Amino acid sequence: MAFDNAYEALADAHDDARWAFGTGFEDPLSGVDTTVPSGVDGDDLARYCLMLGDDALVLSHRLQEWCTRAPELEDEVAIANIGLDLLGQARLLLARAGKADGSGRGEDHYAYFRGEHEFRNVRLAEREHADFAQLVAVVLVLTTWRLAVFQRLRTSADPVLAAIAQKGVNELTYHRDYAAQWVVRLGDGTETSHATMVAAFDDVWPLVAELFETHDVERRLPGVAADPAEVRGEFDDVLAQVLSAATLETPQVRAKAGVAGGKGRDGRHTEAMGYLLAELQSVARAHPEATW
Amino acid sequence: MTVTEPAPSEAELERHFEHTIAKDQRIEPRDWVPEAYRKTMIRQIAQHAHSEIIGMQPEGNWITRAPSLRRKAILLAKVQDEAGHGLYLYSAAETLGGDRDDMTEKLISGRQKYSSIFNYPTLSFADVGVIGWLVDGAAICNQVPLCRSSYGPYARAMIRICKEESFHQRQGYELLMTMMSGTEQQREMVQDAVNRYWWPSLMMFGPPDDDSPNTAQSMAWKIKRHTNDELRQRFVDMTVPQAEALGVTLPDPDLAWNAERGHYDFGAIDWDELKQVISGGGPCNTERMERRRKAHEDGAWVREAAAAHARKQQQRKEVAA
Ligand SMILES: [Fe+2]
Ligand SMILES: [Fe+2]
Repeated sequence: MAFDNAYEALADAHDDARWAFGTGFEDPLSGVDTTVPSGVDGDDLARYCLMLGDDALVLSHRLQEWCTRAPELEDEVAIANIGLDLLGQARLLLARAGKADGSGRGEDHYAYFRGEHEFRNVRLAEREHADFAQLVAVVLVLTTWRLAVFQRLRTSADPVLAAIAQKGVNELTYHRDYAAQWVVRLGDGTETSHATMVAAFDDVWPLVAELFETHDVERRLPGVAADPAEVRGEFDDVLAQVLSAATLETPQVRAKAGVAGGKGRDGRHTEAMGYLLAELQSVARAHPEATW
Repeated sequence: MTVTEPAPSEAELERHFEHTIAKDQRIEPRDWVPEAYRKTMIRQIAQHAHSEIIGMQPEGNWITRAPSLRRKAILLAKVQDEAGHGLYLYSAAETLGGDRDDMTEKLISGRQKYSSIFNYPTLSFADVGVIGWLVDGAAICNQVPLCRSSYGPYARAMIRICKEESFHQRQGYELLMTMMSGTEQQREMVQDAVNRYWWPSLMMFGPPDDDSPNTAQSMAWKIKRHTNDELRQRFVDMTVPQAEALGVTLPDPDLAWNAERGHYDFGAIDWDELKQVISGGGPCNTERMERRRKAHEDGAWVREAAAAHARKQQQRKEVAA
């Protein structure tokens, strides 16, 4: 029996599929044509990939912060799962950016060696979660929105984006459902949990409008990018359904303004973003010559 | 006509239990077991589960700072696996009548232990590799024989867990290999991590056999298959050649091959340090316990809400019916 000697088991052929994307290393884009389609501006395509990739990378970071802090072990597993899926999406998108802009830079260059103003994620992704209600509110909002965008991207003129979206749709459906179930439990549960859930949505809502503002980059990529303004209706329907099951109301709060006309997509972030990146990038920047 | 068999006497049940153990068959959840076996088994499984859960913390410390996205994904997947291990193990303990809340309570009140190794700090990213290599490696040595534990659900959980631990060990070793072929600073980080984790890894096998009061009963019940010292020796014998391949020095001047014994000799372990760490005086005992307690307490309102929602749903169903 292989398990009589621990180290024999290590030498066995393993089912690497069990590992998160990219840990064993099977390229999910193998067989997909990665040349930039004709008529598409490579720099714009790269910018668009960074927008979607940074959303995933930064939200994944906030979920990683929950590790060992979840209310129950099942949620520990689920939150890590969502964080891993988003990290996988980010890696594909950042790698795509390096191909599309012709620079050949890898995913790690974009994650670790860009400055804060070069990150293109929406500000809600970088929002810190003060409690579990904020976590599920942020995840519900961002994954509902992202799922609607990814559903459209499945028919993108860029075959790589289409493939990434195809893979992401299943993942995001699970993320959204996980968050929706918790919003309902907390909204309907006890007086305390109801009040906490209300406060969480009040906190999150001012950053929601930003998700649906069409950016110039998206405007310049018709047929390639999905216009976020188009998914607002779908988003509102899903949220209305979840909020009503949770006995909650849509928050009536004002949208947060940008800074000098710019928001997350323009590289204008909240004060929390600098700390997030300081942590994310610290080891990589301390050892710029190192390989890991 | 129904014939009611007279209930078997305690003595008969006991004989049946001993027979099952003697024939190396598995005890299953519905089988009668002596109360002492049940208690010992629940405690052993619970403490193992606690170790998986507390063990998430030292490595979890580096997830947000992992220096490449690939390493970040591997580490997050690994720490997630440990949560999964904790879950299977608590479930296995539940088949013997253990209760998850009660076990968690015993952990955070310090009445049940977890592996002493997790009371050491992780001070650089190399620690992630060294923990995979040495700590998961030692855990495998300890746990492989448990795949043949007399208690069926535990043995089956261990088979699955051991497979995953072997992934963990491989990724750790692979990270160290990569770092050792990197910059001078990276090599120094690896050596420093090895210096800090080598002796605590040897302590993971527990006190020496002549100071291990529970070993005899556990061996008789086939809950345990090898003594602490046997497993420790096996670990040293396996690890020394790996350290050589890696190019690191194990911090023990007495480490040498003994051709006569067919094993490596190694230096004296500081048992006082182990006692100190086990009794709460390790470098991170307070922090590990505090984090677990805080997560549990901060989550109380969430668990209460889930329970309240489930009750309301049930009532709504009954009203509708
Ligand atoms: Fe484990
Ligand atoms: Fe492990």
